[in-house]
Amino acid sequence: MSQDIRIKKGLDIKLKGAAEKVTENASSSSVYTLKPEDFHSIIPKLSVKVGEKVKAGETVFYNKANEDMKFPSPVSGELVDIIRGEKRKILAIKIEADSNQEFVDFGKKDPKAMNAEDLKSHLLASGCWPFIKQRPYDVIANPANTPKAIFVSAYASAPLAADYDYVLAGKENELQAAITALSKLTSGSVHVSVGKNSNSPLAGLNNCTLHKVSGPHPSGNVGTQIAKIDPVNKGEVVWTVTPQDLVIIGELLLTGKFNAERTIALAGSGVTAPKYFKTKIGASISSIVDGNLNEGNNRIISGNVLTGKTTNKKGNLAYYDNIITVIPEGNDYELFGWTMPVFNKISTSRAITFSWLFPNKKYDLNTNTNGEHRAFVVTGNYEEVFPLDIYPMQILKACMYKDLDEMEQLGMYEVAPEDFALTEFVCVSKQPHQEIIRKGLDLMLKEIG
Amino acid sequence: MGLKEKLHNIKGKVDGTNWQTMFGAVHTLFYTPNETTHSGGHLRAADDLKRIMVNVVLPLIPILIFGMFNAGFQHNAAINGFPQGMGFFSPEFWNFDNLAIGAMKLLPLVIVSYVVGLGIEIFFATINKHEVEEGYFVTGMLVPLIIPIDTPLWMLTVAIIFGVVIGKEIFGGTGMNILNPALTIRAFLFFAYPTWMSGDKVWVTGAVERTNEIAAGANLDAISGETILGSLAQGNELAYSVSDMFFGFIPGSVGETSTLLILLGGLYLIYTKVASWRIIVSSVIGALVMGLIFNGVVDAGWITESSKFYTLMSTAYWQHLLIGGLAFGIVFMATDPVTASQTNKGKWIYGFLIGFISVMIRVFNPAYPEGVMLAILLMNVFSPTIDHYVVQGNVKRRLKRLKAKTA
Repeated sequence: MSQDIRIKKGLDIKLKGAAEKVTENASSSSVYTLKPEDFHSIIPKLSVKVGEKVKAGETVFYNKANEDMKFPSPVSGELVDIIRGEKRKILAIKIEADSNQEFVDFGKKDPKAMNAEDLKSHLLASGCWPFIKQRPYDVIANPANTPKAIFVSAYASAPLAADYDYVLAGKENELQAAITALSKLTSGSVHVSVGKNSNSPLAGLNNCTLHKVSGPHPSGNVGTQIAKIDPVNKGEVVWTVTPQDLVIIGELLLTGKFNAERTIALAGSGVTAPKYFKTKIGASISSIVDGNLNEGNNRIISGNVLTGKTTNKKGNLAYYDNIITVIPEGNDYELFGWTMPVFNKISTSRAITFSWLFPNKKYDLNTNTNGEHRAFVVTGNYEEVFPLDIYPMQILKACMYKDLDEMEQLGMYEVAPEDFALTEFVCVSKQPHQEIIRKGLDLMLKEIG
Repeated sequence: MGLKEKLHNIKGKVDGTNWQTMFGAVHTLFYTPNETTHSGGHLRAADDLKRIMVNVVLPLIPILIFGMFNAGFQHNAAINGFPQGMGFFSPEFWNFDNLAIGAMKLLPLVIVSYVVGLGIEIFFATINKHEVEEGYFVTGMLVPLIIPIDTPLWMLTVAIIFGVVIGKEIFGGTGMNILNPALTIRAFLFFAYPTWMSGDKVWVTGAVERTNEIAAGANLDAISGETILGSLAQGNELAYSVSDMFFGFIPGSVGETSTLLILLGGLYLIYTKVASWRIIVSSVIGALVMGLIFNGVVDAGWITESSKFYTLMSTAYWQHLLIGGLAFGIVFMATDPVTASQTNKGKWIYGFLIGFISVMIRVFNPAYPEGVMLAILLMNVFSPTIDHYVVQGNVKRRLKRLKAKTA
């Protein structure tokens, strides 16, 4: 168990449109949206009806399988609409914010003086529990477990990612309170990873083990760090929390309020002046991007380009995201695209592609797949960008033919879809790796639990 | 863009009909589709399967052109005598006369290979309603390069139908096959028509024809059409200089003779990361090791000159890479990612055994003194087993980690 983590396998996708370190207040969104699909595998039960008033932090819905697990409103206001899909499945819950924000008072707490059970029930009651996720399966943590360790990655290596050092600056107190609380919930320690050359506000915290990370993406993925520090074995559970969610947990403990405020990056080559915005979970996309986009056919993504979800101006900032990326759509044909020399796209091969000549060039990539979907043919290229001690193609195939034993043996408990974002990027056969892994995890969750 | 709109209009008309597959194949040749990402990550790297495949075909083109010249050159050399002291750019080799003879023989093979093979691919893609896949793009180029130049076209047609249908399509097409399709085609030819695939007549164009004419009573000199390996297996002395062998001025299958061009092709494939350097390097090591073992056996005096294996065993170990199809097989056939080992560790084992077994079969099989085809096909069959044990190593490491925890 080394303190520092250095990986060599990986790939930094250098894109145009990194956010400048300037923060603006987003124009206040009038309607905030919660989407149950942000919370994978949760079946929601509503506790509020259309037309009723809620305060910020008040439960809007809870988990049908575990009624203690509550999902709070990010703002105070009136529940104005519930959008349902097939079989009346709840797709989105819309809350119109009041001009005067009221918070539920959960009471100030001192995490040092609390035991694990009190903390759990406090986090569950206040709606902060969903910020804690678990591996295996990459879903919201099961409060009945005691994890062997908790991991926080404060090093964002994904393309265009919001810089944690910048957005979390000055939040040391909140972070410390949250880390202290988390340290009570695990039998092991809380592992916090920061960039090697950063001045992260998380670097000086107590009650945790600090790791310094270097190397290309996915060095900042929490999955990579788990694998290097303390990999998940069968029967073990680890939890993960993102740093910006630690701030919300910390603020809850210090002030008693559930404050869904978050500094997010608006980045990508489709943005006129990429920068940071202060907004809240569930805010409408238009409240952030209006007036900031380039002309043309753009794709708006809540999240980063590797793991985010496609949305649009009518959509909303997803629950766990701290970045909105805008890149051009690539829905056009390209003449002899399969054989012409390529200078303006990234490639890990040198097959008449020349990105290897310009390691520091920043690219303006679009969403074209650059080829058609095929069976797996090329081998060995995933391993170049995949730092885990797992055979990526073999585990993907095991997921596709649904062999649970093999999936388990090959390391399925250790992975999340985001760990396969880079293999998906370089895949010559254009296979949907993250979707394959997600379906595989869902199958295991259902069959093995 | 006139072409773009025209193709788009046709696309509107053929979508949903049986012509959709075929049109799609043509359409994607001109234009990369307008498909965008719809799940997972929003970006994809620039490489697709077409690009990878075209980068395998690229280094084969100089080899094909060289093969044309060499076909004519061997024909003339067999009749007029072999010129001595040729450099790589000798006009005795690179002349129109040689090219004309070679092109007349070789182009029909290339055309038949692509027309028949792609025809079958499109047929299966249409009935299975999927897109035409690129695998045959490479296979179609490899096949004419690994057969004797005088192979009759009907024979080639039968072999391709067998190879593509039984070797690939019944497993589900590109990416699903167990055996290298080009070698399956060649193996079919070899076992179905052995007299056309080996012996001392087939490797120089015109030799068989001339033999038949002599048998019919014509007063002509016979043309010898023997490969170096065939000659060595008969116990004859090596009749070619090392530079002739390295440059490729020797009889043999069309594409296998020029070690120089194969070496350059191999370097290109490694540099572009299209082929696995692990397989190429380990195959070369395997062949050298087996060659050294045989040389050692000869040096130790365990075998006498009267043995029928003596000449091939005593061939200097490194010369095995210059003669026969070993170099071509290693660079272009063993590296087929679908049929090779898929793990990096497995690739070392797989490649080493290909080189090792190739030279072994070559020496111990005087009836057909070439082992690359059989060695690669054999290792194709064993590559999933190699991978299985490599992956099991990973699985065991994981279990051990768990045990160390719970103990």
